[in-house]
Amino acid sequence: MLPLGLMLLLLPAAPSAAATDLPGSGAPLRAELGASTPVPGSPSASALLLQPGAEYSPSGLALARSAEVLVSTGEEEEGQQHHNHGGGYRVVQWEWSYVQTPYIIAIWLLVASVAKILFHFSQRFTTVVPESCMLILLGLVLGGVVLIANKKQLYQLEPALFFLFLLPTIVGDAGYFMPARLFFDNLGAILLYAVVGTLWNAFCTGFCLYGVKLLGVIDERVQADLMDFLLFGALISAVDPVAVLAVFEEVHVNDMLFIIVFGESLLNDAVTVVLYKVYISFVEVGPGNVQTADYFKGVASFLIVSIGGTLVGLVFAVILGFITRFTKKVRIIEPLFVFLLVYLAYLTAELFSLSAILSMTFCGIGANKYVEANISQKSRTTVKYTMKTLASIAETIIFIFLGISAVDKSKWAWDTGLVSCTLIFIFIFRAVGVIGQTWILNRFRLVPLDKIDQVVMSYGGLRGAVAFALVVLLDGEQVRAKDYFVATTIVVIFFTVMFQGLTIKPLVKWLKVPRSTSRKPTINEEIHERAFDHILTAVEDIAGLQGYHHWRDKWEQFDKNYLSKLLLRKSVYRKSELWEAYQKINIRDAISVIDQGGNVLTSARLSLPSMASRTSFPEVTNVTNYLRENGSGVCLDLQVIDNVPGAKVEEDTETHHVLAGNLYKPRRRYQSHYSRHFMPVGEKERQDREVFQRNMRSRMETFKSTRHKRHKKERSQKKRRGSDTKEEGNDKPRRNVSWQDKDPVVVPIDSEEDKGEHSDPEKEEDVGITFVAHNTETPKQRPKSVPAGLDGCQSPSNQLPWKGGVGSLPPCVSVEATKIIPVDLQQAWNQSISSLESISSPPVPAEPVHPRVSALSRLGGPRPASYTPTGSSAGSTSSIAAHVAQGSVTFHFPEKEEEDEEGGGVSEQQQEMQPLMSSLRPPGPPPPPPASAFGSGRRRNPCVYLRSLVTVPPPGSEMYTRGPTQL
Amino acid sequence: MGSRASTLLREEEIEEIKKETGFSHSQITRLYSRFTSLDKGENGTLSREDFQRIPELAINPLGDRIINAFFPEGEDQVNFRGFMRTLAHFRPIEDNEKNKDPTASEPLNSRTNKLLFAFRLYDLDRDDKISRDELLQVLRMMVGVNISDEQLGSIADRTIQEADQNGDNSISFNEFIKVLEKVDVEQKMSIRFLH
Repeated sequence: MLPLGLMLLLLPAAPSAAATDLPGSGAPLRAELGASTPVPGSPSASALLLQPGAEYSPSGLALARSAEVLVSTGEEEEGQQHHNHGGGYRVVQWEWSYVQTPYIIAIWLLVASVAKILFHFSQRFTTVVPESCMLILLGLVLGGVVLIANKKQLYQLEPALFFLFLLPTIVGDAGYFMPARLFFDNLGAILLYAVVGTLWNAFCTGFCLYGVKLLGVIDERVQADLMDFLLFGALISAVDPVAVLAVFEEVHVNDMLFIIVFGESLLNDAVTVVLYKVYISFVEVGPGNVQTADYFKGVASFLIVSIGGTLVGLVFAVILGFITRFTKKVRIIEPLFVFLLVYLAYLTAELFSLSAILSMTFCGIGANKYVEANISQKSRTTVKYTMKTLASIAETIIFIFLGISAVDKSKWAWDTGLVSCTLIFIFIFRAVGVIGQTWILNRFRLVPLDKIDQVVMSYGGLRGAVAFALVVLLDGEQVRAKDYFVATTIVVIFFTVMFQGLTIKPLVKWLKVPRSTSRKPTINEEIHERAFDHILTAVEDIAGLQGYHHWRDKWEQFDKNYLSKLLLRKSVYRKSELWEAYQKINIRDAISVIDQGGNVLTSARLSLPSMASRTSFPEVTNVTNYLRENGSGVCLDLQVIDNVPGAKVEEDTETHHVLAGNLYKPRRRYQSHYSRHFMPVGEKERQDREVFQRNMRSRMETFKSTRHKRHKKERSQKKRRGSDTKEEGNDKPRRNVSWQDKDPVVVPIDSEEDKGEHSDPEKEEDVGITFVAHNTETPKQRPKSVPAGLDGCQSPSNQLPWKGGVGSLPPCVSVEATKIIPVDLQQAWNQSISSLESISSPPVPAEPVHPRVSALSRLGGPRPASYTPTGSSAGSTSSIAAHVAQGSVTFHFPEKEEEDEEGGGVSEQQQEMQPLMSSLRPPGPPPPPPASAFGSGRRRNPCVYLRSLVTVPPPGSEMYTRGPTQL
Repeated sequence: MGSRASTLLREEEIEEIKKETGFSHSQITRLYSRFTSLDKGENGTLSREDFQRIPELAINPLGDRIINAFFPEGEDQVNFRGFMRTLAHFRPIEDNEKNKDPTASEPLNSRTNKLLFAFRLYDLDRDDKISRDELLQVLRMMVGVNISDEQLGSIADRTIQEADQNGDNSISFNEFIKVLEKVDVEQKMSIRFLH
């Protein structure tokens, strides 16, 4: 393919050779084409090129020139064909003019891609020589061939092509997949290097070149004054993102170093653009006419260009996030929105002559979180691969064209003084600038950049295609030394990309720069590093430091309260953000496992744990479906965990996955790596709540007197006895007792779990199995059939509460509860319930509450019940509050007092209820009306859901998984 | 608050703390003012309640363990000296400290001491071993309720299995160091105290 490609490329350029070689009518035509000088194409031709160019042909413009030439001579071609073949119908027609434009584009892409393949044939070779070097060399060769054949260079890197198509693909990829956490962690350093560093380089290089010129080192023919040199300094001083990306990706320095250099190369765009434009205008009006105000305008322009560019990017990020909210029905075009809007962000910034790179970068960074959450997994993959493909091919073409462009005598004007001085200056000032800025930075950084880092950063200041495109764009009339500048720029680019790119790898090795490791952290590291983060957060809070994390937290709040609400799909925001995030992580893990040679069973298993735990959210249909669909899967899950102890890798992955998903995140970690950074919004709230409760509870445990502990022991013994007798009536009042005798300490729900954990670990062990078993049952039937309903309600009373609760309730609870209670009521419910709990605050809060409430609910039918308890539970809340206030913590006969309180206090219903309650009184030995007395399915149901509601945390956290731990 | 802090802190005290912890003078006075603002009882010591009043700690999964780490064994109060001694664990290691002569006692913020601090959070019974139960407790603290106990148990088993070298089914401090040897503890267990 390569020879063919080369031949086709050379076709227009090699008239004499082609004339003899090629058969048919093509040859003479080509001769003509080659001879005719490139002229601006007709509008139609360029329109043809531009239309498809946007998305799939980054090289569209590259070939525009040749294509235009060909098209402009199309008519002659037609005529000649007629002449050669005469009239009549021809079986085979040569339709080159019809296909030539896309054909040449395709061939170019093919050549570039095949070249890539060839480079990577030799493993040893590619480890030494960076790909970018090879591509430039290939470009040089190609350019040389063209030049020899044609005496004239037809191809070069067109600035318009570069800025409109090639650069955006690379920047878009970089921005969208930027590791946001790392980027913002180092934002201070990046900004300093990008702004101050680039300014420093630009001014110093410009002034010093001018000084050298005055000294006579630079030849007289270079007609340039101070402004010209400053302009040149501005465009040559910016570190180039394409080159940095190409070289550093192969070097694998550590993440921090990479993000600083790469971030700098992206963000310095604003500085470069402004300096470039300011100097161009200065050069145009002439240095003498520049007024002081113009300098201030320059500063203002910098602010506008940079901040404006950033804002444009963020606006488009918001639009993109917002649009992807509604693509549920048209998944297939989701990726297109991503490409289009990110690209539009770039073009819009260009339109207003703002910093397009900044705009695109921030659009990518900003939108990534929301887009990734909104779009489907397949779309995510599509976006990822399309972006990477485009960026890769764009990079290849850029380097090849850089090489080709260099072989062009017409542009070259060599001046050794200028070239060598520029090389020396940019190197020196880069090093000096880095050292100076690092010195300042290290006073503020937690992780100082040491000398080795500075060396790599100085040495990694690569210049690239941006500088070349800018210098080519210069107006030869205004800047008379343009040709010298072009030549110098090319040399500088080649030197930095090829020489420094070639030597940076050995240098990094020699300096023992910490490399980035792709090694996955072990379980221990995973766990302990989390612990470290928690520790650090706590220590910072204790020390009263409010730094970076403080503002980060503020941003998280803002994001949670406003942005995510606006930009995330409702389903994602309210519920399945958890689910989606999990699915995403699961699938990624699964894919990587398969890629690494794992088997499919592993991946199936990976996705299942989260399914089991995530099915619980109060969205009825989904819950039901998931339970149904994944019931068997859940079983498989645990079996696999239990029965396949081998395969260390698999186990690692599994554990890693489970941990990564479920470990609490310290504040600073909420938005971590881009792959993981999608932090479900409700998650934080839920986590805070859970942790808060647990901490409070354990504190309370610590403070409890020994008396209390004794009581507890007694109580639990009683409970055991009660469960032995299997008399529910006995059991329930007991739990009321247990509820009443608590200290009025604020301990919200969730205590059962804790209890089970501390006092009864071995019992907890088998809970999970029960959990699975019940999970696999079809949940829908349960609520309807009376026995099942009874079972669901009463089994916890039969057993130790923590055990039974975990085992049997969840499916029944979650399904029932969510079905019966309207969504709007649920919230009120949850609030009242949680307030109730927080006031009553027993370590066993759920249980005592539930019989009462369920008793209440029996008074009404299911439907009104969902209403009345709201009021009555509020009433009981107040009564409990009264309890607490009076400090009337009686131990054995609380029931009476409670009745008194309620009877004196609240509603009619509660008074009606009193007989029921009294019949359940603890001392009363026989339990006449246990729940079974009321046990019609219809009446059971409210009981079920009420109970579950008691345990339902406020919206945003899960019901299913929490419920069991409490009941 | 600041002025009061500095007046209450004697110079020689500052010097001693400086020597012991490596904090700078301004850091010490700053942290002292923090200390006094936490000290609601105004008796020059902090109790557990004083720590627990910090709202952020209440939502920190390991909050109480960390509070406990501030208190010497069996004591309920911590004075400023002890407060600073604990905080000193998290001071970043500075360049000039790396090449200190080895004969001097190890600074509080050395890698080993940082690790020891973390280790102690796990090791409740102070037998210099993290048992499976101790690990499970911490895991349960750090993990949401979404993980079943089997899963958590298998994680704990796996963790211990990975770290355990002598087969006693628990993680000793040496094993703890070993298993984290590739982690940049110096960085990940340091925070920036303002100058």
